[in-house]
Amino acid sequence: MIFHHEIDEALGYAPKMDVHAPGAAKLSLDAIGRAAIADHPGSVLLYMAWDKDEPGMVSTFTNASVTSDPQTTVVKAFDAYTAKPVGLLGTGPMLVMLRLHTDMYLGLPGKWFMGLMGFLFMVAIISGVVLYWPFTRRLNFAAIRKQKSRRVLWLDWHNLLGVITIVWALVVGGTGVINAYAEVMLGIWQRNELAAMAAPYAGKPTPTQLASLDKVVGNAMKTTPGMDPAFIAFPGTPFTSTHHFAVFLRGDTPLTSRLVKPVLLDGETGDVSDTSELPTYLKAVLVSQPLHFGDYGGMPLKIIWALLTVFTIIVLGSGLYLWTVKRSKVRRGARLSAGVTAAIGPSS
Amino acid sequence: MSEVRERRANWWRVFGAPIVIGVLSLAGLLSALLAGDPGRYFAWFGVGLPIAIVVWAYCRK
Repeated sequence: MIFHHEIDEALGYAPKMDVHAPGAAKLSLDAIGRAAIADHPGSVLLYMAWDKDEPGMVSTFTNASVTSDPQTTVVKAFDAYTAKPVGLLGTGPMLVMLRLHTDMYLGLPGKWFMGLMGFLFMVAIISGVVLYWPFTRRLNFAAIRKQKSRRVLWLDWHNLLGVITIVWALVVGGTGVINAYAEVMLGIWQRNELAAMAAPYAGKPTPTQLASLDKVVGNAMKTTPGMDPAFIAFPGTPFTSTHHFAVFLRGDTPLTSRLVKPVLLDGETGDVSDTSELPTYLKAVLVSQPLHFGDYGGMPLKIIWALLTVFTIIVLGSGLYLWTVKRSKVRRGARLSAGVTAAIGPSS
Repeated sequence: MSEVRERRANWWRVFGAPIVIGVLSLAGLLSALLAGDPGRYFAWFGVGLPIAIVVWAYCRK
C-alpha cells in the first residue's frame, strides 16, 4: 500500500498522459462531462475529481444512477485538454490489496473487524511497553547479548525493535483505526452537518437541468481564493444534497490539501448556497490517511515506512517465538516436576 | 534516599533513549505534514532514526 502509486505505474494501471504544448488550453469541464457520458451511454455523472500530481487529468465517476451500488461505479480518467479517455482508475491488483487491507470484501462488518484488529494491535504495543521495564532494567539501551542463548538474542532484538518503533506503530495503528471507521463518521456528517446545510432546500426535487460545471466550479473557487477544486459531487450523491452540487476545495500544502472545504451550490443555477468547514472528526479522518500510509513525505519517507513495517513484523514474529519457547519451557518444567512428584511420592 | 535516586537514575537509563526517539519520531511524523520541505527533511531524520539505531546495533561488536 505504501508504494501503490509506483506499483500501479510499473504494472501499467496508471493512465498514461499525453504531453501538451505549454500554454495549450484545457477544454471546458462540461466537455469532459459530455465525453464521460458518451463513453458510458445511459449512465450519469456522480463525481469529477482532480489529482494534485496530474494537473492535465480529470477523473470521472459514472454509474447507472446517483444511488446505484458504489461498487459498480466506473472511474475513468480523461485528458483535460482533449477529453480523450486515458484509462480506468481504481482497477488492478492494488485495488484487490486495498480491499483486503480495508474490509476483506466484507463491506462494513469487515471494516469494523479491521478497526478492532488495529485496536488490539495498539493494546499489544502498550502491553509490550509495560513488560519493557522488568526485562531491561538491568541492561543498557540497545543491549544485544550475542553470547547468550538464541532466546535471549531474540528477546533483546524484540525489545530494541519494539521500543524504538513504539510511537510510529501507535500512530500507524491509531490512524488505521480512525480510517476503519471513516465510513461511519462520514455517515454522521451526512445526517447532521450536511443535512443542516441542505435543510432550507428540503423537498426540492433533483434538478432536471443541471447548471454548467464550469460555472459551478468557478463560483465555488471565488468563495475561497487560493484553493483549488479537489472534486465535485453531483446532486443526489452521498456527499451532497439532492438539489446541490458540492465542490470540495483544497489547499496546496500536505496538510491543507487534505483538509477539504465543502461549498454547496444550487444544482440549477450554480449559485453558491453555503460554505462550511468540515467538523473536527472528519478532519481527523482526512489527516489520518497520510499518517497511516506514509505517502506524504517523498520517496525517502516511503522507504523508511516500509523498513519500519518490516521491523514491526519482526517484533510480532519474535514475540510469537518467545511466547512459544516460554510455553514449551513451562510445560516441560511442569512435566518434570510432575515426574519428580510421582517418583518420590506425594509429600505429606 | 540514595536508593530512590539510584532507582530514578536506572529508570532514565532504561527509558531515556526510547523517550527521546519517540519524541523525535512524532515530531518527524508531524513536520512532513505541517512544515513543507524543511519539515520533510526533518521527517526523514526523525522517522528514520530507528533504522539508523538498528544498523548501529547490528554492526557494532
